[in-house]
This record gives sequence, structure tokens and C-alpha cells, in this order.
Amino acid sequence: MEAGETVSNTRVKLLPLLLAVPLLITGCQSPYVYHWGHYEDLVYVTYAKPGKLPPEAQVLKMEEDLQKAASANKPVPPGFHAYLGYLDYQMGKPDLARQEFEKEKVQFPESTVFMDCMMTNLVTK
Amino acid sequence: MKTRHLRLGLCGLALTVMLTGCVTPYDYTNFRAHPPRSILVLPPLNESTAIEGTYGYLSTVTMPLAEMGYYVYPVVVVDQFMKENGLPTAGEMHQAPLDKIRDIFGADAVLYVTLKQYGTKYQVINSATIVTLYAKLVDTQTGLVLWEGTATAQQNSSGSGNIFADLVVAAVSQAVNSSTDQAHDVSRMANTMLLKTKDHGLLYGPYYPKDKQ
Repeated sequence: MEAGETVSNTRVKLLPLLLAVPLLITGCQSPYVYHWGHYEDLVYVTYAKPGKLPPEAQVLKMEEDLQKAASANKPVPPGFHAYLGYLDYQMGKPDLARQEFEKEKVQFPESTVFMDCMMTNLVTK
Repeated sequence: MKTRHLRLGLCGLALTVMLTGCVTPYDYTNFRAHPPRSILVLPPLNESTAIEGTYGYLSTVTMPLAEMGYYVYPVVVVDQFMKENGLPTAGEMHQAPLDKIRDIFGADAVLYVTLKQYGTKYQVINSATIVTLYAKLVDTQTGLVLWEGTATAQQNSSGSGNIFADLVVAAVSQAVNSSTDQAHDVSRMANTMLLKTKDHGLLYGPYYPKDKQ
């Protein structure tokens, strides 16, 4: 089993290298525009492992991301506040949902039509 | 013994990058005439045999598009909204009329992605994880194709000639692959190739920092 463990460790060490490949291809070393935190991981988990992270747990991770983004002085990515609002809505908190949809509109005016549509839904449901 | 295994690991894991062999640059005339600010990404059509591909891929596409300067609609919210409004599958979402998409979302453009290949093929001691994408960006106002492209990313794990060591590698690598959905990671490489290849990729959007251009 010793041999297996050695190989396993090697592969683990290789993982960061693999993740770095896209950066090498573009030759771009500059940091990201947005603080991404857990956003895309949550999208993945929502579909790949349904029920593993209920809305309450996802909201906690996103609130953590918001704090980290603020301390890094970076904006959260497009869709972040909209998704957080959607989770609030699922948890039966339409007022919090509305606040997040409004934040998405302020940060990205391109979202206005869709966010207004979501808020109309909040009223009718 | 330890060094030997380290070396095997490095040799065994070969990374193959296949760029599409186009020579002439992409014609960006339509794109420049209707440069979008916002992109609605629909769940991809999945032509592979891996059903997990649809959402494994969908969770990798927001970051590259947003970092290139576009407003990207929240993919889960869009997907759920469409499902609740009578479009339960990616196939049906891809048929949604552009004027409706514009009315409901306000999106300037829609990105339609097709997964041609997605997944890991195993032989006894080798495995190859392949993701092949086709993507088309369509203007919601005119219906014009603003940009389209294809890309294939492949990650190989191949044998070294030492059958005993290889079997150990194969066993470990299958365990790793099945627990992490390796194609999900390879999707990110495919996206980079699709969107960033010089003269064929997507042009930068309005939120891309001026000092980086």
C-alpha cells in the first residue's frame, strides 16, 4: 500500500500545476477582476450533489465570500447578489431577496430587466 | 523507491492540448457592429454520453466570460426560471425565441454551447479525459451570429511501461477521477482555449479593465 500512497501524493501535488495550465496558455499573470469565492463551486454542488448543501449552508458560504471580497477590496462577480437573493427567496425570505436583487441592479445595471422580473415574482408568489 | 515513483507520476501524466487548426483570423464584423454588454448562458446541449456534463460544464463558464468583461446572468437562477416557465430541458431552452429572451432577461446576447464530447475513457492502464465544445454567441436584437468557435481539451494519464507501477497509478487515478469529475476541470481548459485563442477567441467586454488591454 506504501507504493500506492506515494503515487497518490504525487498526483495531489500535480493538481495545482494542472489548474495553472489555463493561465500559462493565455500568458496572463494578472489577478482576477472579481473575488470569486465559492460562487462557481456552489453552482457545481447544487447540480452534481443535490441536497448536499441546502440554501442555508450556501448562504453562509456566500456571506463569508462577501466579507473576504470587502477586505480584499474587490467586487463580487456578476450574478453573485442575484444568486444570493434567489437562495433567500427559497428560504422564504422575500425581503432579503429583494435587497440582494437591488444590489445586483446597482452593481450591474445590465441585470435590471431580469431583476425587476424576479421581484415581480416575489410579489405574486 | 520514492524518487522512482515521483518520476513515474510526472511522466505518466501527459497533458495534451489540441488547438483548432484554423489559419485565417475570425471575422469579427458582426461582433463589432453589435458589441454585447451582457451574455445569457443557457445550459449546454449535451451530445456526449455523460449526463453529468450539462451541469458539470455550466458551472465553469461564468468565470471566464465575466473576467473577460461581460455581465453574465446567474446561471442557476436562469435555469430554474426557465424550468418553472415551461422549458424543462436545455434543448427546449435553446429553442426559446430571442425576442422573449430579450424581454424577460434584457440580455444583449445568448451563448449557446454544445458539448460534443465530455468525459473520461478508461483502458486498463490509461485514461483520457476529453471535453469538446462548440459555442455560438447570438445577438438577441438582430439574430446575427456575433461569434462562434470550437475547442477540444484533453488530459491523458498513460502508462510508463512498468505494468505493476502502472496498475497502481491506474487504480489511484480512477479513484481520483470518480470522486472529482475530472471532465469538470478539463472544461475550464476547454473554455480557455475556446475564448482566449488569439484571432479566434471572444473579444473583451465593457467591464474588462482598460489597463489590462
